[in-house]
Amino acid sequence: MGNVFSSIFGKLWGGNKEIRILILGLDGAGKTTILYKMQLGEVVKTKPTIGFNVETLKYKNISINMWDLGGQTSIRPYWRCYYADTAAVIFVVDSTDKDRMDVAKKELHTMLKEDELSDSALLVFANKQDQPGAMTAAEVSKALGLAELKDRSWSIVASSAIKGEGLTEGLDWLIDVIKEEQM
Amino acid sequence: MSTSTYKRFEDPESGYLPDKMTVYQECLQAFNASPIRAKKCRLLLSRLLRLLYDGQTFPKTEATNLFFSVSKLFHNGDPSLRQLAYLAIKELCTISDDVLMITASIMKDIQGGEPVFKPNAVRTLARVLDGSTIHAAERAMRNCIVDSNQTVCSAALVSTYHLLPVAHDVVRRWANEAQEAISANKKLVRSPYAIHEAFGSSPRLPQSTFFHQYHALGLIYQLKKQDRMAMLKLIQQLTSRQPLQSPFAVLQLVRYVAALLQADTNLSQQFWPLFASWLNHKSEMVELEAAKVVLTGSFKFNPDQQLKAISSLQELLSVPRTVTRFAAVRLLSRVALADPEKVRACNSDLESLVNDPCRAISTYAITTLLKTGNAQSVDRLVKTIAGFMDDISDEFKVVVVEAVRTLALKFPEKHSTLLSFLGDALRDEGGFSFKNSVIEAIFDIIKFVPVAREASLELLCEFIEDCEYTELAVRVLHLLGEYGPKTPKPSLYVRHIYNRVVLENSIVRSSAVIALSKFALVNDRKLTASIRILLKRCLQDADDEVRDRAALSLRLLEAADDGPTAAAKARGLLEPESRFSLAALEQQLCRYVRSKDKSSFTTPFDITSVATHTEEEVLAAEYKAKTTVEEDQIVSSPTPETTKATKSLPEPADLAARADLLEQQYAQELSAVPEFEEYGPLLHSSEVVELTEVETEFVVSAVKHIFKEHLVVQYNVQNTLKDIQLENVTVVAQLDTDAYSEDLAIPAETLKPDSSVSIYVSFSRPHDLALATLANTLSYVTKDVEEATGEPAEDDEGFPDEYQIEDLSIVPGDFVSPCFTTSFTNVFDDLDNEEVSVYNLGSPETVKIQEVVTKLTQSMSMMALEGSDNVEGSASHTLKLFGKSVNGDRVAAVVKLVSSSKGVMMRIQVRSSDAELSQLLANQW
Repeated sequence: MGNVFSSIFGKLWGGNKEIRILILGLDGAGKTTILYKMQLGEVVKTKPTIGFNVETLKYKNISINMWDLGGQTSIRPYWRCYYADTAAVIFVVDSTDKDRMDVAKKELHTMLKEDELSDSALLVFANKQDQPGAMTAAEVSKALGLAELKDRSWSIVASSAIKGEGLTEGLDWLIDVIKEEQM
Repeated sequence: MSTSTYKRFEDPESGYLPDKMTVYQECLQAFNASPIRAKKCRLLLSRLLRLLYDGQTFPKTEATNLFFSVSKLFHNGDPSLRQLAYLAIKELCTISDDVLMITASIMKDIQGGEPVFKPNAVRTLARVLDGSTIHAAERAMRNCIVDSNQTVCSAALVSTYHLLPVAHDVVRRWANEAQEAISANKKLVRSPYAIHEAFGSSPRLPQSTFFHQYHALGLIYQLKKQDRMAMLKLIQQLTSRQPLQSPFAVLQLVRYVAALLQADTNLSQQFWPLFASWLNHKSEMVELEAAKVVLTGSFKFNPDQQLKAISSLQELLSVPRTVTRFAAVRLLSRVALADPEKVRACNSDLESLVNDPCRAISTYAITTLLKTGNAQSVDRLVKTIAGFMDDISDEFKVVVVEAVRTLALKFPEKHSTLLSFLGDALRDEGGFSFKNSVIEAIFDIIKFVPVAREASLELLCEFIEDCEYTELAVRVLHLLGEYGPKTPKPSLYVRHIYNRVVLENSIVRSSAVIALSKFALVNDRKLTASIRILLKRCLQDADDEVRDRAALSLRLLEAADDGPTAAAKARGLLEPESRFSLAALEQQLCRYVRSKDKSSFTTPFDITSVATHTEEEVLAAEYKAKTTVEEDQIVSSPTPETTKATKSLPEPADLAARADLLEQQYAQELSAVPEFEEYGPLLHSSEVVELTEVETEFVVSAVKHIFKEHLVVQYNVQNTLKDIQLENVTVVAQLDTDAYSEDLAIPAETLKPDSSVSIYVSFSRPHDLALATLANTLSYVTKDVEEATGEPAEDDEGFPDEYQIEDLSIVPGDFVSPCFTTSFTNVFDDLDNEEVSVYNLGSPETVKIQEVVTKLTQSMSMMALEGSDNVEGSASHTLKLFGKSVNGDRVAAVVKLVSSSKGVMMRIQVRSSDAELSQLLANQW
C-alpha cells in the first residue's frame, strides 16, 4: 500500500520524473571519481573510462541518472550520442592542468553549441583544489570563457572529489535550477 | 498497440517477421525514453533479436544508432532487461561502429554484476574488445575463468577462445587460469530466474555438468598445440590424476590425441592403453570417436587392437539410441571400404540391421555388407537388395547403386550379376538422380571392364528406347558413339541410334547425328555408305542444329576420301584423341579475359597453350578418383588439422581436377620465373617430399620438377618462429654424381616470421634418366624482429647461419607418371626389356603387405590397376602397375608379394619400351 501512495504522490509532485545529467570533461579530470563519490560517498580506485559509467542517484526525492562519459580523445566524439533529453551538464576541469585549459575550453564551447543541449543547465567543477598549484574557480572561469555564455544558467564551483568538498553545493545549485525550469 | 497485433508478432510458428523499420523506430523511441519501461523494452529487444537471428541486417548508421540507444538502457537495473540488452549488443557489435563505448559498463557488470547476466556480459565483452582495450579487461577475464560458477567460467573460457585471434599474446598469459579451471569443481548456481516451468518442475538440477571442462580443454589446446611436450603432459594429467568428467571433454581429448598421433605415428602403441579404456567408456560418443581413430587413422595400431575397436562398434550396433547405431554402422561401412576383412565379424549384426526402422541405417548396413562380401557372396547379396530396392526412396537407391558400382570395379569378373541388377534398376521406376547414378555405374563398367562392354552397351541401347530424360539420352548417345565403333559388330548400334533421329526431340536428334557419324570411320565400306545415306536424310531435318551437324559430318567424311592424311585429319576432328584439360582451359580463359593490359587482346587466345590430356590420361585420373577417393576421406577426417594440412576437398569429381590444378599451379609458378622461361613445358612434378620434421623451427619440403633438359628442385621453406626474420635464404645442394650440373639457384631475399617462401635450384639434366642424391644445407642470415614494428632493426646486420636438412633423392619414380589402361595383360605382353629382381623385405611381423603396396605405388609413381592396390589376403598379393615416362615410354610392372615364415618376399618384374627405365625401376631398392 505504501508503494501505491508514494507513487501517486510522486506523480503529483513530478517526482517520478527521472533527470538525466551528463558528466563531461577531459581525460583525467576526475569525472568517474566525482560520480562514485556522489553515489557511494567514497573514493573508488578508477581506471580510464573506456565508454561510460551510469549510476542512478536519489537526491532530495529526485532520481537522477548520472552519465559519466569517458574523456579520452578517442571517446569525445561519442558524447553527442548521449546529449538527447539532458537536463544538465556537469563539466569537470582539472584545475592543475593549465596547459590543457584551451582544449577544455574548446570542447566545452563545441558541446554547448549543440541544439540538443540548448536548454540544459551547466555546472562547472574546478576540481582537484586539494592539489598544490590549482587555479581558483575565478581563474578557471576566466580561462574557460564562461562569462561569454548567454541564455544559459551556469555556475562554477571549486571542488575536490577526493575530500568531497564542493560536490554537494554544486549539486544543490543544479537541482534548484532544474526544478525552477521544469516545474 | 492492441492485443491482437501483439499476438501476431509473438506467434513463433507463423514465420512472420516483424517489419524491420517499424522495429527500428520503436526501439529508438523506447530506449531513449525517460523513464525506461523495462517490460516494453524487453519486448522490443526480443523482436529486434528475432530479426537479427533470422539473418536480417541493418545498414551501418542504423546499426550504430541502435547500438547507442541500447547502451542507454544500462541505467536501468532490471536484470532480464540487461540480459537481453547484452544479447542484442552481441549481435550488433558485428554490424555497427564504435562498439568500444560499452566497454566500461560491461566491465562493471562483470566485476560486480548479478549472476543472472554476468555470463552474457562476459560473452559480449569478447566481441567488444580489440588489441588495445584487452589489457583493461585482462584482470576481469582472469577472475571469471577461475569463478566458481560454472556458467560464468564457461562463458569466460569460450570468450577467451574467441579472443585468441584478436590478441594471442595477451590471452596466452591466461593459460594457468584455464589449466586451473579444467580441474576445478565448478557449480551450477541456481538463479531465482531459473525457477521457471521448464526447470521448476524438476528440482533435481545437477550440481555441475562439467561442461566447462570441454571449453577449458579447447582453449588449452589452442594455446599449447605447438608444444608437443606440454600436450603429452596435459594428456597424462587428464587421463590419470584428474580424469575428465564431461564426456564432451573426453571426446575432444580423443581428437587431440589423434592429432598428436598424426604427427608421430610411433606414439600409437604408447597411447593404446588409453584408447582401450576409451573403447569401453560409459559414453557412447567417446567409444565411437576412439573407434574412429583406431580404425580409420593411418596410425600404427595392430590388428588385435583394431579388432577391439570393431567389437566395440559391434556392441553399439544394437543400442537403442538411433543416432549411435547410425554412427557405428557408418563408421563400419567406411572401414569396410579399405579393409572388408575386418568388418566381416560384424556381418550377422549388420544383417539384422537390414530391416532397421531407420532407412539410413539399413541402407548403410546393406552397402557395408556388399563391401565385406567376397566375390562368392556378391551374387547372394545383390539378390537380397534387388528385393529390397522397391521399399526404399530414391536417395537410398543412389547409395546402393554407388556401392554396386564400386563392387563392379573391384570384382570385374562379377560383371554379369551386377549388370543384370543395374539393368533391372534401369527398367524400374525412378527419378532423375537415381537413373543418373545407374547410368554412371554402367558407364564405369564400359570404361573399366572391357569384357562387359558389349552387354552394357546393349543395356544402354534398350534404355534410350524409352528414356524420359533428354540429358541422359544425350550422354548415352555420346558414349555409344565413342565405344560402339570399337566393338566387333558396330552395325548393331546404328539402328538404335537412328531410331532416336526419327523419334526424339531436336537435342537428342543432334547428338544422335554426331554419334552416327563416328560409325562411318570404321573400316567397313558398306557401313560407311549406309551412314552417309542416313546423314543425308538428316539434312532434311526441321531443326537447324541437327541439319548443321549432319552437314558438317558429311563434309568431313567426304574430305576423308581424299587420301590418308586428309582421312587422319577428319578423324581427328570427328574423334579427337586428346581433350583439353577443362580446369586449365577455364583458368587460362579467365586470365585472358581479365587481363588489364589492353594490348594483350590484339593477339587471339592461344588454344595450343592449354594442356591436353589423351584419352588414357583422362581415364587414369577418373579411375584413380573413383577407387581411391573414399579412402582419402577416411584418412583426412579425424581432425580439422589434417584436413587443413592436405587442403583436401575430396569430392569424387574434384580429385582429378585437383591433381590437374596442382600441376597447373606448379607450371604457372615456374613460368613466372624468368630464368625458367626457355626450359619448355613442365613434363612432370613429383609429390611433395618433407626434408625436416614438421615441428622444427624451419620446415622445409621439396618438389622435383622435370623439364626436357632440366631438373628444377623447388624448396618450400616455412619459418615457424615469430620473432626471427631470415634474409638471403638459399639451399646449397651438393650432388653425388656428375650427371647433373647446377645451373643456377634463385634464393629468397627475405623470409618474414610465420610465413613461407619458395627457393629454386636448377640443374641441367642428361637425356637418359640418371639417379642422384642431393645433400642439402639451408643457409641464411637471421635477424631479430622488433615486436613494435614487426621489422628487424635497421642497424641489425644479422648473423649468417646454416641448417642441415635431409638429403633429397632423385628416384626413378620422378620420371614416371601414373597412367591407365584397360587391358593390362595385353600391354604387359607387348612390352619387352624385362628386368626382374627379388627382395626379402624382412619378417612378416613388421612388414605389412598393404603398406608395401601403398609405398610401392607411390614411390614408383605408377597407377595400380584392376583393383590390385587393395590387399585381400595376408599371405600373398599381386600388384599391377602402369605408367608413362617423361620421354613418352610406356612402363608396366608386376609385383608379387609372398609372406612366409622366412620373411616377406617381393619379386618385381618390370617391362618397358625403354630398357634403362626397366632397369632403374626394378633395381631401385
